[in-house]
Amino acid sequence: MARNKEALVLVLDVGPTMHAILPQIEKVCSMLIEKKLIYSKSDEVGVVLFGTEATENELTKEVGGYEHITVLRHIKVVDGDLLQALQNLPRESVDGDFLDAIVVGMDMLIKKFGPTNKGKKRLCLITNALHPIKDPYEGTKEDQVSTIASQMMAQGMKMDCVIARLTQNMEANKRIMEENDLLLRVFSNKSSTKTVYVENPTKLLGALRTRNISPVTIYRGDLELSPKLNIKVWVYKKTSEEKFPTLKRYSNKAPPTDKFATHEVKVDYEYKSIEDPTRVVPPEQRIKGYRYGPQVVPISSAELEAVKFKPDKSVKLLGFANASNIMRHYYMKDVNIFIAEPGNAKAILAVSALARAMKEMMKVAIVRCVWRQGQGNVVVGVLTPNVSDNENIPDSFCFNVLPFAEDVREFQFPSFSNLPSSMQPNQQQQEAADRLVRMLDLALLGKEEILQPDFTPNPILERFYRYLELKSKDKDAAVPPLDETLKKITEPDPEILFQNKSVIEDFRRCFELKENPKLKKSTRRLLKEKPSGSDDEREVLGNGSDAQPMDAIEYPSKIKTEKIGDANPVQDFEAMMSRRDSPEWVSKAIQYMKDKVFELVENSCEGDSYQKALECLTALRKGCILEQEPKQFNDFILHLYKFCQQKDLKSFCEYLASHGITLISKTEAADSEVTEDEAKTFIVKSEQGF
Amino acid sequence: MDLDPEDVFRDDEDDPESEFHQGRDSTKELVVYLVDASPKMFSTSCPSEDAKDGSLFHAAMSCILESLKTQIINRSYDEVAICFFNTREKKNLQDLNGVYVFNVAEREDLDRPTARLIKEFECIEEKFDNDIGSKYGILSGSRDNSLYSALWVAQALLRKGSAKTADKRMLLLTNEDDPFGSIKGITKMDMLRTTLQRAKDAQDLGISIELLPLSRRNDEFNVSLFYAELLGLEGDELTQFQALAGERLKDMKEQLRKRIFKKRKIRRIKFIIANGMSIDVDTYALIRPTNPGTITWLDSVTNLPIKSDRSFICTDTGALLQEPAQRFQSYKSEDVMLSVDELSEIKRIASGHLRLLGFKPLSCLKDYHNLRPSTFIFPSDEEVIGSTCIFVALHRSMLQLNRFALAFGGSSNNPHLVALVAQNEIISGGGQVEPPGMHMIYLPYSDDIRHIEEVHADANTIAPRATDDQTKTASALVRRIDLKDFSVCQFSNPALQRHYAVLQALALDEDEMPEIKDETLPDQEGMARPGIVKLLEEFKLSVFGENYEDNDLTTGGTMTEASRKRKAIADNATKEYSKYDWLELADTGKLKDLTVAELKYYLTANNLSVTGAKAALISRILTHMGK
Repeated sequence: MARNKEALVLVLDVGPTMHAILPQIEKVCSMLIEKKLIYSKSDEVGVVLFGTEATENELTKEVGGYEHITVLRHIKVVDGDLLQALQNLPRESVDGDFLDAIVVGMDMLIKKFGPTNKGKKRLCLITNALHPIKDPYEGTKEDQVSTIASQMMAQGMKMDCVIARLTQNMEANKRIMEENDLLLRVFSNKSSTKTVYVENPTKLLGALRTRNISPVTIYRGDLELSPKLNIKVWVYKKTSEEKFPTLKRYSNKAPPTDKFATHEVKVDYEYKSIEDPTRVVPPEQRIKGYRYGPQVVPISSAELEAVKFKPDKSVKLLGFANASNIMRHYYMKDVNIFIAEPGNAKAILAVSALARAMKEMMKVAIVRCVWRQGQGNVVVGVLTPNVSDNENIPDSFCFNVLPFAEDVREFQFPSFSNLPSSMQPNQQQQEAADRLVRMLDLALLGKEEILQPDFTPNPILERFYRYLELKSKDKDAAVPPLDETLKKITEPDPEILFQNKSVIEDFRRCFELKENPKLKKSTRRLLKEKPSGSDDEREVLGNGSDAQPMDAIEYPSKIKTEKIGDANPVQDFEAMMSRRDSPEWVSKAIQYMKDKVFELVENSCEGDSYQKALECLTALRKGCILEQEPKQFNDFILHLYKFCQQKDLKSFCEYLASHGITLISKTEAADSEVTEDEAKTFIVKSEQGF
Repeated sequence: MDLDPEDVFRDDEDDPESEFHQGRDSTKELVVYLVDASPKMFSTSCPSEDAKDGSLFHAAMSCILESLKTQIINRSYDEVAICFFNTREKKNLQDLNGVYVFNVAEREDLDRPTARLIKEFECIEEKFDNDIGSKYGILSGSRDNSLYSALWVAQALLRKGSAKTADKRMLLLTNEDDPFGSIKGITKMDMLRTTLQRAKDAQDLGISIELLPLSRRNDEFNVSLFYAELLGLEGDELTQFQALAGERLKDMKEQLRKRIFKKRKIRRIKFIIANGMSIDVDTYALIRPTNPGTITWLDSVTNLPIKSDRSFICTDTGALLQEPAQRFQSYKSEDVMLSVDELSEIKRIASGHLRLLGFKPLSCLKDYHNLRPSTFIFPSDEEVIGSTCIFVALHRSMLQLNRFALAFGGSSNNPHLVALVAQNEIISGGGQVEPPGMHMIYLPYSDDIRHIEEVHADANTIAPRATDDQTKTASALVRRIDLKDFSVCQFSNPALQRHYAVLQALALDEDEMPEIKDETLPDQEGMARPGIVKLLEEFKLSVFGENYEDNDLTTGGTMTEASRKRKAIADNATKEYSKYDWLELADTGKLKDLTVAELKYYLTANNLSVTGAKAALISRILTHMGK
């Protein structure tokens, strides 16, 4: 049996009050399975549904009772069918009994594994716990839960409870809810159960741990308060970015008949002298050179090893400082956690005493850490108390890396109080800002905090795994748009905006934003040098936008757009292209867009505006295809290339090449004189030209 | 080309997006340090804490030296020139009196800093009197105008490079607020006029002139006497400058160091506040880890740089490929292919702007909500007028209400939820310690947070908590071992300092490797003070009880199963170990007659590795015996 192989039973409530949130449950469960299919292929999963019309489980046959519980799937190794099933959960009609369902799930685990697999058996309950559980034959409900919880402990099972209560079903019976919450608390107290309450769908997606990573210590040893006083600690990562998976390069060279083809690509490096590219240098003949000013200083690895800084493995206390001295923005990296050596009661006490003292006195500890023997550097960081309010969990410290003197760039910025009065908010404006900051509140008292990092999933990863699943079924599937629920992470929640409509409107009214007219003049001067476009058009561009208030630009539908501004060139362009009151607008829009792109490229400083230029260019390309004006675009891009070549802006050409901007080919627009192949090779060719 | 897998300074988890960390230093900078070397600079002392003989000149020199050292590490493409005026000797292209351009071999006057420059500049003060000498440059009765000459020389030096690609600056370090004070009448008028004209000409050429006034003990540097006009300061700027000039002497060195660097922004982004209302903000990388720089691979025979050629080879057929545009992920026992375009489309979920989502109380921002160094944002009115006003209003409200803004943004490739934390300006001793603005803190997602605390939690046992008494002894300890005025980044990185010292020594062919002081070690002396020792003992007694010394062993009762097993094996091994005459067995070659289990007694008892084949075990035993 593979190590860390997990057996999981999903216990899902599909009763009528759950229907509203089932789409999200389907998503989070699929995500869980999708990740298992990649990272822990031999994990086993079973699914129990409760609240079903029918009854289908072993317990009901054996002992009776346990109605309206259906075992959707017995505990089996994860596969595509399971995923399919979870993506199409039935909507059922009975209010279920979650305790019965838990028992069914436990029974499955016990029958399958018995007492083996301790700690790797998990139940995951998702319900709203709005409906009462049945009264037991003897004793109280609480006693019953207690018994089940201790059985769970004895069998080495863990449980995650996600109690999803969206705002709309809050009118449910308060008394039942409170009773159920009380019972769930018994689970938390008496077994390894973690309960999370969820009020909004976005949080539900983040409430379930979708990937099991077995934690590894980065340090085990002494926290040295003084040479004579050590506390035994273990250090783990507390946060660590889950990266976008690195996909392998695909080779299609293997014959399609070869069943055992790996399709992998090996990357080979060859080292050549820069002066004489024909001369190959064997890898072992290489030596590292470090830049020191204009010089490159060669140092062999052995030399470097001999002279480099070699501190001993240790974690030493430097002293305590006021918490206010360490500002939040000095935290440099992901965060570690210091826990006292598990099982070492004295160490746990010592950490607890220090953490509590520090918290009370608003102090932090500064420590110097060398995690491993032979590590070539030291880390200075800050320990902040992490006092636990769960009586089963010992106190600990959070550890954050602090910068060294070399890492801090001390730039001077003007004081806000010295700014000219035009840049200072007046009293009315300040009040509007105060109201906005107060009202646009994501952590209202008595409600749950919205977008709490601990429960907010990474939208990019969610999207990746979903797309992977789509692709595995249909290899031509397009990338799906970002899920509505995930959009609430990347954009403000329309509901919150609507609730605070008047505050926001008030804020907008109080402030005036406009584009800088002076800047316009300088760009106009630059425009004169450009070969394309007639004079009168430029005037429109120059003058029209001088005093344009910002909001008009953002709302192209309200005011008919006549030119392309700095703020939202793509939107302006699209608005102009879609104007139908005169055929001229299309050619004008194309012309303005060309000028805009030129302006962006030419005025860019080390490529800072390349992205925007690319966006414009992409929009222009799209527009030209739509309006069947391929020549306009193709001629322009050729001209742009030539221009960049002359003006030493070839980095932009490279940038375009890397983003795959090509000519418009015949297949895209019939009027084009460029074949598809020509369109594709164009970039390659022009690159070689340089 | 950095392909080294075992780069000594890289941590295991370093972000591959190093481009993000480094920040982009767009244009290069050309700087001329114009240092007043008049006798006045030597006579006036600057009571700094560490140096005893701190003359103003000394302070200026050490600032420049420090900035050179930082520059060669961080921004070695910037060019510098060091030019003294009011000197006895002269050395400059124009052959003007009283101006001396300091330089070393193999280097142009205005050039990138080299190891040799730093080395020789380090001991300039010892040789200054001999080689350069100090002398009043502007005296009545003489037509010499050393300030004028200095500006002229500096301007000529800065003729190099185009104003488009480089920032050109002159930094004037002087303690003389009235350089023409000693002369009178028509000559003075004349000198004033020509000097101001010279400065104006330089400014017209796009060169900025900055003044670093060195205050004197008892009287302030009065900018309005002369320099206000030279620098073109008016109104508010003048008062601001005056305030800076009057700063406390103690902080002078630090202040100079700060102002020697010019700030550079990473990029300008849009901060979308609500319903189509967006302002411009500039982002700055104020804190980024400094690493020893990229490695240039060299051919060890010729010491010439080499480049690496990447080729792609199909594992199945061995055919050479172009870089394939397809990637794959094995999933449900098949290979799912994704194109590079599709992958970037997946990641494109935000526009690259910063989008406000709402506000939260600061208490919602936990200590573990961190992933990378923060980014600083400051408003800009350059393109959209009114940005600053809105930013300032929000900044004030957030500070007053103790809230941070939650926003979505960051890089377009890897966008994140960010917390924008308003930072009030902090001024200490007349200088800015923390600039006003907002810090963007990158928040983790739920996928990134690990629940370590729960891993070892046991539902059946209640975790020990410190009693009030124990907490009290800890409090006393915390109070006593206090790092007063601890400031973040007061330590320099010993590994980096060591690295650069080694580079410098190698670059200059020095035989001896320099010693670097590790400032990060705890203060042993302080810790050994009787007061602290007493508190430590009290804490020890209250938490660990009488037998702290057994601390390492007391874990026995609560050891995990695995470690108990390990210990049992070790104990057994020690017992069995003594039953054999190992030396005898080894000498007679009878080790091979023992079983592997028996051989392991020896290895375990001597703390050696027990892995490998029997032959390996025997050879390990023999090696250990020294045979």
